[in-house]
Amino acid sequence: MSNATSQRKYVYRGDPIIEAPPAELGAILERHLGERDALITALEEVQRHYGYLGQDHLRYVARTLGFPLARVFGVATFYNLFVFDPPGKYQVRVCRGTACHVNHSGAILDHLCDRLSIAVDETTPDGRFTLQTVACMGACSLAPVVVVNEETLGRMTPTAAWEALQALDGDETTVRDASATQNG
Amino acid sequence: MNSIIRVGMSTCGLAAGAQAVYTALEEQIRRHRLPVTLVRTGCLGACHREPLVEVIQEGVSTLYGPVTPLAVPTLLESHSNAAARPPQLSWVVSRQHNRADYPFLGRQVKVTTRLCGLIDPHSLDDYLANDGYAALRLALKMKPEAIVKTVLDSHLRGRGGAGFPTGQKWEIGRQQPAFPKYLICNADEGDPGAFMDRTMIEGDPHRLLEGMLIAAWAIGASKGYIYIRAEYPLAVKALHEAIRQARTYGVIGRNILGSGLDFEFVVKEGAGAFVCGEETALMHSIEGYRGMPSMRPPYPSVHGLWGQPTNINNVETYASVPSILLNGPDWFARMGTAKSGGTKAVALTGAIQNSGLVETPIGMTVREMIYDIAGGCRDGRTFKAVQLGGPSGGCIPAELLDTRIDYEDLRATGPSWVQAAWSSWMTRPVWWISPATSLTFTQDESCGKCIPCRVGTRKLLHMLTAITEGRGTQDDLVRLNSLCDTIRKTSLCGLGQTAPNPVQTTMRYFADEYHAHVNQKRCVAGSCRIG
Repeated sequence: MSNATSQRKYVYRGDPIIEAPPAELGAILERHLGERDALITALEEVQRHYGYLGQDHLRYVARTLGFPLARVFGVATFYNLFVFDPPGKYQVRVCRGTACHVNHSGAILDHLCDRLSIAVDETTPDGRFTLQTVACMGACSLAPVVVVNEETLGRMTPTAAWEALQALDGDETTVRDASATQNG
Repeated sequence: MNSIIRVGMSTCGLAAGAQAVYTALEEQIRRHRLPVTLVRTGCLGACHREPLVEVIQEGVSTLYGPVTPLAVPTLLESHSNAAARPPQLSWVVSRQHNRADYPFLGRQVKVTTRLCGLIDPHSLDDYLANDGYAALRLALKMKPEAIVKTVLDSHLRGRGGAGFPTGQKWEIGRQQPAFPKYLICNADEGDPGAFMDRTMIEGDPHRLLEGMLIAAWAIGASKGYIYIRAEYPLAVKALHEAIRQARTYGVIGRNILGSGLDFEFVVKEGAGAFVCGEETALMHSIEGYRGMPSMRPPYPSVHGLWGQPTNINNVETYASVPSILLNGPDWFARMGTAKSGGTKAVALTGAIQNSGLVETPIGMTVREMIYDIAGGCRDGRTFKAVQLGGPSGGCIPAELLDTRIDYEDLRATGPSWVQAAWSSWMTRPVWWISPATSLTFTQDESCGKCIPCRVGTRKLLHMLTAITEGRGTQDDLVRLNSLCDTIRKTSLCGLGQTAPNPVQTTMRYFADEYHAHVNQKRCVAGSCRIG
C-alpha cells in the first residue's frame, strides 16, 4: 500500500503551468487529436493564429498531441516558415531568388535595413515592421519582388519599396489600400 | 457588343496591379451598363505584359497589356464604339486568335497550361465546358492495365527532374499487393526562379485533380496528398476550392461515378524547406517529421508513406495525363523526341525581353526558346549564358545554344534537367553571380543529414567567395573542381548531388574567367570587388 502511494507520488503529471491550453489554442489542437501526421499542419495553424510559435505554444502542442517535446522543437526549427518571436504588424519580405537578385533586390534590402534601422529578421522597436528575406515567391517575371504580409509588390526599386512602407502609416492592412487612401 | 473580358489574376497579375484594373473595369461596366461578362482568369504566361486584359467581341479576341486602371475607359470605348480612336498600339499584344502576331504565345504548344488564363479557375462549369473530367470518365471505363499501357506508349516521363518513365512507375505501383496505396503530388516548387506549378494550380486546379484521379484508378490508390508550398497562398486556396467543387460534382469520395473507386485528397502545406522537393524527404515531411531524405532503394513505389506503396509525381506529370487519354498516346508521343513525349513548361526569367511561363514540345532548341519566344536579350545586351534547372542546374553558353531541351541532350552538356526554371544572364550580369548565389541558397537549404552536402557546399561557397575577392590561387581551382566531384558522387540526395552543377559548368565553359580571377586578379565581367 505504502509502496503504491510512493509510486503514485512520482507519476509525471506534466509541467504545471501548462495543464490545459488556452481555449483558442485548444480548439486548434483538438482538430488534430489522434492524427499521426498532424504535427506540421498543427504548427502552421498555431503560427497563423498567433503570428509566431512561443515556447509555451510548443509545449502545449507536444503535450496535447502526444509528441515528444524534442521532436516538436526539432521539427519547428527545421522549417524556414516557423518563427519564434512575435512579428511586427507588417511582415516585409524581400525576395532573394536568382531573378530578383540579378535585378538588384540586394539594394532594396540594404535600403530598407538602413531606413528602418534594423537588420534582417529583426522587428522595429515600435512593433510595426519585421524585415525578412525569402528564397523565392514564384513571381520571378516581376522581379524584384517585395512581399508585405500576403501582398506581392512587383518591379520594385529601393525608393518605391520604402515609399510603399511609409504609406502604411494608418490602419490599412495592404499597401494598395494605403496608396488608394493617399491618392484620395 | 456582347462580349467577354478576361483579366489575368494570378499571383503575378495581382503583383502587377490586376486588382485595380479589374475594379476599374467593373465600375465602368456598371456605370455604362455594358453587356459584358467580366471573368477572373489565371495566368496566360505572358508575365512581362501583365496586367493582361483579353477582350473577346464577336468571336474576335484582342489581348491588351500592360493595362493600367486609367487606360480602362479608352479600352472599353474602342470596343463599344467602332469609330472611337483605337487604343495605343503599345498596349495591344495580339489581335489574332492563334496569336501568330505574338510569337511569345504563338510559338507555344500548350497542353498542361492549355486552359490557364482562359477559364475562371474557381468555376467548375468552365472546366467542364472544356472537356473537364471527360478523361476521367473515359479512364474509369478502362482497365487499369490499359491506362498504364496508354501512359507508357505516350512516352511521358517524370517532369520533376529524373525523367523516369511515368508508365513504368505506375506499373510498379499497380503490381503492389499491399493496401492502402497512396498518391503524392509534388508541388513543392522550392527552386528560385520556378513558377510552373504555381501557374498551373492557380489557373487550372481541376486538371491536376483529374490527373491524380486517373492515376488512382490505374494504381489502385485510395488517398492522394498534394504537397504544396505555403508560399503560394492563392494556389492553396484554389486547390481547396477545387476539391470542394469536385466532391459536390461526385468525383471525390466513395464509389466515384459508379466505378467503385474511392478516393480522398489531402492538401499538405510545406513549411519552407527546399530539400522537401526530394521524394523521401517530402514523405517524411508529410508524416510530420523533419524533411530529411532517406537512402533509396526501397523506392516509394514499393515502400513509401508509412511503409505503404506510394506513387509520387510532379504537378506537370499528373496534369499531362488527361490530355493523353483524350487525344491518344500517339498524339502526345509525336510532339516530343524519340524517347520523351509531350511538352514541357518552362519559367523564363532574367535579362530577356519576354519573361514568363512558356510551354513547348520537348526537343526545342535553347536558341529557339531564347530568341523566338523570349525575344532575345534585353537592353541590347549580347547573350552570354543561360542557367537552367534553378540553383542546382548548370549553365549553357552561347556556343551550345543549339542544344535541344531534352533529358538526354541536357545531361550531355552538364546541367541536369531538374525543374525547368531558367534564368538567363547576359554579358553584364556577371558570371560569378550565378554560382555564388546558387550556392548561397543550396548550402543554406542543405538539411544537414550527410556530410558531403552539409560541409561541402559551405566549403565550396567559401572558396568561391575567396576567388571573387581576389584571394584565390591556381591550386584553389583544382581543389574546387575535386570538391565538386566529391559532393556530386557522395551526397545522399539530389540536392547535394546537383549543388556543384553551377560551379562545374561555369568552370567548364568560362575557364578563362576563373583563371583571370586567380592569376591576374581581374574580373572580366567587371562584377567582382577585387583588390
